[in-house]
Amino acid sequence: MSGNAPSTGRARRFLALLCKESIQILRDPSSILIAFVLPIILLFLFGYGVSLDANHVRIGVAVEASSEPSQSLAASFRASPFFDVTEARDRRALVPLLIAGKIRGIVVIPASFGEDAARNVRTTAIQVITDGSEPNTAKFVENYAQGVWSNWAAGGQSAASMTQPVSLEPRYWFNPELASRYYLVPGVIAIVMALVGTLLTALVVAREWERGTMEAMMATPISVAELILGKLIPYFVLGLGAMALCTAIAIFVFGVPFRGSFLALLLISAAFLLPALGQGLLISAATKNQFVASQAALLSGFLPAFLLSGFIYEIGSMPTIIQYITYIIPARYLIPSLQTVFLAGDIWPLFLTDIAAMLGIGAVFVFLTARTTRKSLE
Amino acid sequence: MTSPIEILNVTKRFGGHAALSDISATADGGLVTGLVGPDGAGKTTLIRLMTGLLAPNEGAIRLMGFDTQTNGPDVQNEIGYMPQRFGLYEDLTVQENLNLYADLRGLPQPERAATFDRLLEFTALRPFTTRFAGKLSGGMKQKLGLACALIRTPRVLLLDEPSVGVDPISRRELWRMVQDLKDEGIAVIWSTAYLDEAERCDRVLLLNEGKLIFNGAPGDLTSRMKDRVFQLRGIKGDRRAALTACLETEGVIDGVIQGDTVRVVVGVDKNGPKDLHSELRKAAPGADIVAVEPRFEDAFIDTLGGSHGGRSALAAGVAEKKRGGPVIEARGLTKTFGDFTAAKDITFAIPPGEIFGLLGPNGAGKSTTFKMLCGLLKPTRGEGRVAGFDLRRAAADARNRLGYMAQKFSLYGDLSVRQNLDFFASVYGLGGAIKRGKIDSMIETFDLSAYLNTNAKLLPLGFKQRLALACAVMHEPDALFLDEPTSGVDPITRREFWGHINGLVAKGVAILVTTHFMDEAEYCDRIALIYRGETIALGSPDDLKAKAVSSENPEPSLEDAFIHLVEASEASEEAAA
Repeated sequence: MSGNAPSTGRARRFLALLCKESIQILRDPSSILIAFVLPIILLFLFGYGVSLDANHVRIGVAVEASSEPSQSLAASFRASPFFDVTEARDRRALVPLLIAGKIRGIVVIPASFGEDAARNVRTTAIQVITDGSEPNTAKFVENYAQGVWSNWAAGGQSAASMTQPVSLEPRYWFNPELASRYYLVPGVIAIVMALVGTLLTALVVAREWERGTMEAMMATPISVAELILGKLIPYFVLGLGAMALCTAIAIFVFGVPFRGSFLALLLISAAFLLPALGQGLLISAATKNQFVASQAALLSGFLPAFLLSGFIYEIGSMPTIIQYITYIIPARYLIPSLQTVFLAGDIWPLFLTDIAAMLGIGAVFVFLTARTTRKSLE
Repeated sequence: MTSPIEILNVTKRFGGHAALSDISATADGGLVTGLVGPDGAGKTTLIRLMTGLLAPNEGAIRLMGFDTQTNGPDVQNEIGYMPQRFGLYEDLTVQENLNLYADLRGLPQPERAATFDRLLEFTALRPFTTRFAGKLSGGMKQKLGLACALIRTPRVLLLDEPSVGVDPISRRELWRMVQDLKDEGIAVIWSTAYLDEAERCDRVLLLNEGKLIFNGAPGDLTSRMKDRVFQLRGIKGDRRAALTACLETEGVIDGVIQGDTVRVVVGVDKNGPKDLHSELRKAAPGADIVAVEPRFEDAFIDTLGGSHGGRSALAAGVAEKKRGGPVIEARGLTKTFGDFTAAKDITFAIPPGEIFGLLGPNGAGKSTTFKMLCGLLKPTRGEGRVAGFDLRRAAADARNRLGYMAQKFSLYGDLSVRQNLDFFASVYGLGGAIKRGKIDSMIETFDLSAYLNTNAKLLPLGFKQRLALACAVMHEPDALFLDEPTSGVDPITRREFWGHINGLVAKGVAILVTTHFMDEAEYCDRIALIYRGETIALGSPDDLKAKAVSSENPEPSLEDAFIHLVEASEASEEAAA
């Protein structure tokens, strides 16, 4: 035997594992399904189904005065794209609708409104009643009603006198149309990848245990490191493929702008796949059962990414303890990076911190997997 | 020179339970060492300890001088290991599996072609190299598993129950292959629950409940039984009744049915083997008592203190069935899957009080036939009847009249013994006082009272067996379907089981059994041998044996007959083609 025989033997062993795993991926419809079909379904579901824009909120407008200003204010509400207006002469006619949930708020233009407005538009009062059982919508109604009123007041005043020296013209950066889809889609990609990454590997080690092949593998000279890397690398490539698919859908189907570089996207995705795949492997090695592993992957991969990543609920408004927990959720670092690379461009200081955090979490998972997958059946 | 395998005072515990206690033994190169014992005896644990995948609590194991715990990788370089489920990747082809193991075991490139050539020749798998391992038959999978374990000729070959679920033909081929290997100086460990396989090993480590109860050449153990084993031939009347009478005779320690004869083992006293000729003549009137060669199984039973009496308390509580037409009937049963005919024109009728066996190689169509008759599979043509009910039109009525027991799957492991009994009683429509009475009598008959609140999966194997039988017969079925009911069970439990079955048969229950296990087949009154979907022979075990008589083999065993008949069918098919 020549001196380098052990190392070439090792290389060949490792290549054989990679090769075996790749063939299995190609022949196993479930990996392909998870990597390519599941993301498509989820992206379309979230992309079209979820919108955080409050368009056409149904409200009631009680016009209790018949003066000209009150009519013109009511017309402003009707013209607003944010509201679907049900009009009435009396607020009491609208209360039952609010209770029944048919409308989300009532704007009362009181009987005194005309006179007040004529005297001084600045002190004119209208009343906004909202449905507190849905706080988010209530907030929308309040804010947008305020906006309609301000616009109307400004318009009225500019017509009456030209005393207003400045006019406000809001400009939104990175998402000028304020379409929530633009920042939702990168977030959804993060959630989908958290699920797909964890699920892909969660099944594979458990499958080997169930089919009895793990025992045969362990009785050969391969090492635990080879075994784990042999699993990780093919699924890493598959995960990057899923990521590419998601990106393509985001850009070409949802029309999300892509202002950063593909290099940055690649690095971010790669850094995220390490913890996601590592988490799956750990689940798989610990449960040794495909069914339990898939449940655990859903619960520990998808749910935290969905709830604790800042995608739906802002981290800043969570209880302090929960805020600390979010630091170990890899998706927490992926979402801002993805949103940035899509909507803003390459902001390397942000990317590098996030990448470092994700790699750190990933290293912990891989280390734990190696500890769990000792070459032992006990 | 030290032995390639040295087991030094090994104890292995799982939780508080000792799976192996204080085992010491060696195994040498050029020999097949049988690791023999019933399920749960500790065979798999001992093999896993040898691979280094488990660590002993006490003691040590050395393979080729390497300690399995401190030198795991060195040990794993020296062994070939075939775990119980062969360790094959089912979505890889035969060739891909071989390539994978060649890479993992570091077989140098220049040697590959020759090695693959040799292994494919050896296993006769050459025509199937591009087939997926998952699509191979049980026997072929087993050969591929062996080929993978042999890819780099190991010094020690560990085979964990290679013959489970494999038909006699494949089993015999595998055995031949292993004989060739031992000639190369490999130390072969072959674990098995089949005692007839133990007999063929060069040395045997006999395990029972984690203890090593014999270590030596099987002949040494068997020779202790010299002059103690007799066959009662030409019994007038019912041979099952004769067996029961023999087992009730003082001094008889074991007895089984072998075709038309009864085989008994007698005990010893201080003067040597007891002379029970006159008692046996009384138990089996008109029989010739012929001294026969002892078997390893006789010695095993003797070591464990003999089997129990032959009277079945279960059957005592069962009402006599009315005799009449056939209970189970197959009329031209045919099943096709696409263009593949799994069963073709299978016809037989089982009268009350008969045990009928379905035998055949893996994939021959016996499971298909079995499933059609218990209403789990719809026949393409022909009809099946149970207790007079047509399975196509009145499947529910028919199923109410049959009991089904498969050793592996019929119990709910997470339910307690009582819950299992309760559930199965309700499934079969028992209720109220009848149900309570029946459950109580089952508990008493099978001595289950100590385990009532134990979950079924935690029961000792023998009790699992009893519970499974209790659940299958609680509703007093007319027909009982048994699917490999006692494979892997220790011989004493197996005898107890067949004691109950014989009792039920005496009451007029019809039994259909499918098995790979020749001992079980010997209990049958008649056997249908199924091959390639067709019945190639039908008759009593002795009829089948008679067909295999030749000058070289004047007294063929049932296994010989099985192999002979299948090969003859193959030959005539080839001649026709």
